[in-house]
Amino acid sequence: MIEVDRLTKRYGNLKAVDEVSFQVEKGEILGFLGPNGAGKTTTMRILTCFLPATEGTARVAGYDVFENAMEVKRRIGYLPEHPPLYDEMTVDGYLQFVARIKGVAPEDRKRRLREVKETVRIEGYGKKLIKHLSKGFKQRVGLAQALIHDPEVLILDEPTVGLDPNQIKEVRELIKSLSGNHTIILSTHILPEVSMTCQRVVIISDGKIVAVDTPENLTRQQQGAAHIYMEARGSDVEVQRRLHRIEGVLSVVSRPLGEEGVFSYRIETELKQDVRGRIAHSVIEEGFELLEFRSLQLSLEEVFTQLTTQEEVRSQ
Amino acid sequence: MRNLLAVIDKEMKVYFASPVAYGVLTVFLLVSGYFFYNILTVFIQRSMMMAVQAQQFGGGAPAMDVPALVERNFFGIVSTIILFMVPMITMATFADERRRATIELLLTSPLTHFELILGKFLAAMGFFVVMLLPTLVYHAFLYFYSSPKMALGPVLSGYLGLLLLGAALISLGIFISTLTESQMVAASVTFGVLLILWVIDLSAQAAGPLVQEILGYVSILNHFDDFSKGVVDSSSLVVYLSFVFLGLFLTYRSIESWRWRT
Repeated sequence: MIEVDRLTKRYGNLKAVDEVSFQVEKGEILGFLGPNGAGKTTTMRILTCFLPATEGTARVAGYDVFENAMEVKRRIGYLPEHPPLYDEMTVDGYLQFVARIKGVAPEDRKRRLREVKETVRIEGYGKKLIKHLSKGFKQRVGLAQALIHDPEVLILDEPTVGLDPNQIKEVRELIKSLSGNHTIILSTHILPEVSMTCQRVVIISDGKIVAVDTPENLTRQQQGAAHIYMEARGSDVEVQRRLHRIEGVLSVVSRPLGEEGVFSYRIETELKQDVRGRIAHSVIEEGFELLEFRSLQLSLEEVFTQLTTQEEVRSQ
Repeated sequence: MRNLLAVIDKEMKVYFASPVAYGVLTVFLLVSGYFFYNILTVFIQRSMMMAVQAQQFGGGAPAMDVPALVERNFFGIVSTIILFMVPMITMATFADERRRATIELLLTSPLTHFELILGKFLAAMGFFVVMLLPTLVYHAFLYFYSSPKMALGPVLSGYLGLLLLGAALISLGIFISTLTESQMVAASVTFGVLLILWVIDLSAQAAGPLVQEILGYVSILNHFDDFSKGVVDSSSLVVYLSFVFLGLFLTYRSIESWRWRT
């Protein structure tokens, strides 16, 4: 549905977007993840034909964003970082205007207005002036605006920024419910958002793509080793000695916990070998009490930090 | 066409939702009404004095066409008042769209730049017409009380001239509004530029013959004089229409170049 090929945007010597390539399949939700200033907004602005790219191509639904901008614009719903609202208009007046300029046929406008208001749950607010709405409601009107012409592609720039936790949850669920019929790209710098809503993630840093994968794969791949967390009651030295004797254990870090004689262990093991059973066994064999035992997954947060800092080291 | 109407409709809504619009309308009517009253009393007094003098020294009173003089002077004054009003009408057109980021909505919608710019221009013209409409009442009064009935030609050509002058100044104001995100900056710069045009017009009158001729052609205010006298000169028409075209063309280029820079 969306094909981006070596897209580059240059401002003087600064490359805001540097040879970015990725694809989005129909009905997919793609998360665009990166720190502020990484080039997320610029990429989205190029896809929506707001900005021209310096080099490279981008196609939406088979149409080039530069050569066939009108066709692309007809097929895209875009929610910029700041919802583009006219404060002095009513919600209905505003949505009417957007429906008109997006090319919704006159006979369909009333129905579409009702439908999008239902979708984003602002049914009772049609006659209200936009300036009297709360931030969460303004964001919803922004989403309604992006949906009004039932576009094939939705591009949402930080759709949950500045909302309170309940509103964030609602917007995320709304976005999820829209996938399938719509192809969605959403950008965010909040990691849990990506693992909650997106099927695939593009991690971008300093204008370059550093990783593209599913949230699950990303967390798995980045782990060079498996990590195990364990709590046990007994001699710290003894436990460590036993653990080191097990083949496949790379390192053990222990820390005393509040309770007398109880220690926590962070054990790093080789990825190829599953040594969890042998570790548990050896601890119990020695007569110690095993209180807690679980394998650790790197959070997307850690993956993200790793990926983006690696990038920095490499570029230096 | 549908897009154009949508833009005009939205612009008008935005205009009349803002207190600035009502301020502009009120100030314009107050000032133009005051001047109309003033001009009218001055010329009536003068014509009465001339009639009295003629009686004292014998002989027929020299003909003095009060309505024509009033109209000419009134249109002259209004063309100057417009210099102060146009910046207020055009300041928000693009600057405010940029400030509130709605420009992103407009430029990512299937609207051509042409439709967007022309829509905004026509809406500003619409507001300008709304501003001028109540002044028709002044002429109606003059017509009603004049005897013999005054000629209506100069009134029509005067309004035609005002529309053309307004269109030229508005296209310039819209262009300046694309250059900044701040309405205040747009308004001040527009006012400054219009003031320079006005000064050119004044200095043209004071300069030597050759310079005067050149500046006379350049100064768009100078071309207005014909219209207020009831003369519709095709060269003045061409000057105004090309000025409008230039202003809108610069607006187009400015938006394009802004897209490349942003």
